[in-house]
Amino acid sequence: MLEIDRIDAGYGRAQVLRGLSLRISPGEILCLLGRNGAGKTTTMKAIMGLLPLTGGQVRLDGQVISELPAHRVAGAGIGYIPQGRRLFSELTVAQNLEIGLRVKNSGPEVLEGVLELFPRLRERMGQRAQTLSGGEQQMLATARALCVEPRYLLLDEPTEGLQPSMIEAIRQVVVVMRDRGVGVLLVEQRVDAVLSVADRVAFIENGRNLETVAADDLRRDHSVIERHLGV
Amino acid sequence: MDFGPYLLLASLEGAVTAAVLALTAVGLSLVFGVMRVVNVAHGEFFMLGAVLAWWVAHLVGDAHPAVGFLLALVVAPLLVGGIAVLADVTVLKRVNYDPERTIVATIGILYILQQVTLMTYGPDARPVEPPFNTRLALPFVEWGENGLQLYWPWGLSTTSYKLAVIGAAVVVLLGVWGLMARTRIGLLMRATQLDRDMALAFGIPVERVYAMVFGIGAGLAALAAVLIVPIQQAHYLMGGDPLLLSFIVVIIGGLGSLPGTVLAAVLIGLSDGIISVFFSPTLAKILATLLVALVLVFRPQGLFGVRRA
Ligand SMILES: Nc1ncnc2c1ncn2[C@@H]1O[C@H](COP(=O)(O)OP(=O)(O)O)[C@@H](O)[C@H]1O
Ligand SMILES: [Mg+2]
Repeated sequence: MLEIDRIDAGYGRAQVLRGLSLRISPGEILCLLGRNGAGKTTTMKAIMGLLPLTGGQVRLDGQVISELPAHRVAGAGIGYIPQGRRLFSELTVAQNLEIGLRVKNSGPEVLEGVLELFPRLRERMGQRAQTLSGGEQQMLATARALCVEPRYLLLDEPTEGLQPSMIEAIRQVVVVMRDRGVGVLLVEQRVDAVLSVADRVAFIENGRNLETVAADDLRRDHSVIERHLGV
Repeated sequence: MDFGPYLLLASLEGAVTAAVLALTAVGLSLVFGVMRVVNVAHGEFFMLGAVLAWWVAHLVGDAHPAVGFLLALVVAPLLVGGIAVLADVTVLKRVNYDPERTIVATIGILYILQQVTLMTYGPDARPVEPPFNTRLALPFVEWGENGLQLYWPWGLSTTSYKLAVIGAAVVVLLGVWGLMARTRIGLLMRATQLDRDMALAFGIPVERVYAMVFGIGAGLAALAAVLIVPIQQAHYLMGGDPLLLSFIVVIIGGLGSLPGTVLAAVLIGLSDGIISVFFSPTLAKILATLLVALVLVFRPQGLFGVRRA
């Protein structure tokens, strides 16, 4: 269980998250929905220890990971796929993946397993990350996070600006990881994309929880979405 | 002496300046590139390298000068690197590597190092004996009765030590390149430079990388100083010029770009040597500073840098 327990966080003196709570179980996809600026990206940064918490805790299977130094969070079992991909642009595909593998000093069999999910990366191992197409960059960002052998995955708008075929490829990998027992926190703008994979949906606004509902209920009744997102 | 041989002599002097400058500036550039820290104390790490080289050579005493010098070549950069790591952990880390506060902090470190050196080592300039120093007469070409022929113009000479300084700098720079491009720690340093937060999110102990980079940067300055101290003497105020020239080189070369820094060091070092010989050292500094102003106005990413997206 990944538990975000009433966290407060922000940038300098500007508080963004206010008592935000989320729980993600193994083998579950929790989608985070909220308007632009609601604090979705900030939530992920806070989980990764990249922003100091001014209140609350983040726990992973009981271990308080919000008290670890930031560079130890990944090793506790969290793979992060940030908004805008944030690859190490001047490094090669192989080097980007090596940095992911180093987190747990994983061997070549882990890399092999990841490349089976993303065969296109295998042909591009020596290429610099910045020379990849947008879809390939997203694959690399996802593959880099999977090299951590995560128990929980954080995906921040992974389909932003991608072609439909790529979106489908990413969706399938997310589902595969879920079926392998990985817990997934997914931020996604497109409601149809959310509804096609989510188990539960958490709505947030101004860094606060609104409500969290089962995705099945949303599929039956769209009015909640309209109420919270105004679409 | 004719113009040709004179120019060769000036270029050789310039090449020695360029070699030492390249080492010093690469240290500054590394620190700025990876840590985004403008290290105003960099010149004092250079000065400490020279002063420690004198101490080591002095302690070794009567043995062959090569013994003291070689020992200094190892001990001074290590000690200075250690002092820099200490400064990083106790000062820079505490101000969170904030760009403005690190400038003020390194100014403080500058004065502490300078004044402690003045109180312990004193105000004198002291020489270190070079490990070897054979005078080498150099040939030049002229048109004679039988076409092109070599001759040895009077006064055209250098020393084996000066050539060794150039060679040593080339070797160390290749070593730095190898460290960055070919080793695991180099990979971590480059990843940290490219995206600090993602480095953290992927388990890289950024604070330890920073401490190491600050130590390596200072160690390179110290190494450069050990190489130059048999030619220049150690003095507690000798850090100013290398700091100014390193800044000039790092800006012209493109902030944080190591190949650009080396190219710019060669350009500035050679022109400094040549202009100093033919005109005056002051004119050389004026022109270099003017070039920086022009670069900042017309090409802020540096002559050899790439514009960042
Ligand atoms: N680096 C930053 N510094 C200051 N404020 C920020 C920063 N990043 C985001 N914010 C602010 O935090 C709030 C939440 O942003 P964010 O988490 O990126 O929203 P979302 O991902 O939900 O669109 C916004 O008001 C935004 O302006
Ligand atoms: Mg966002």
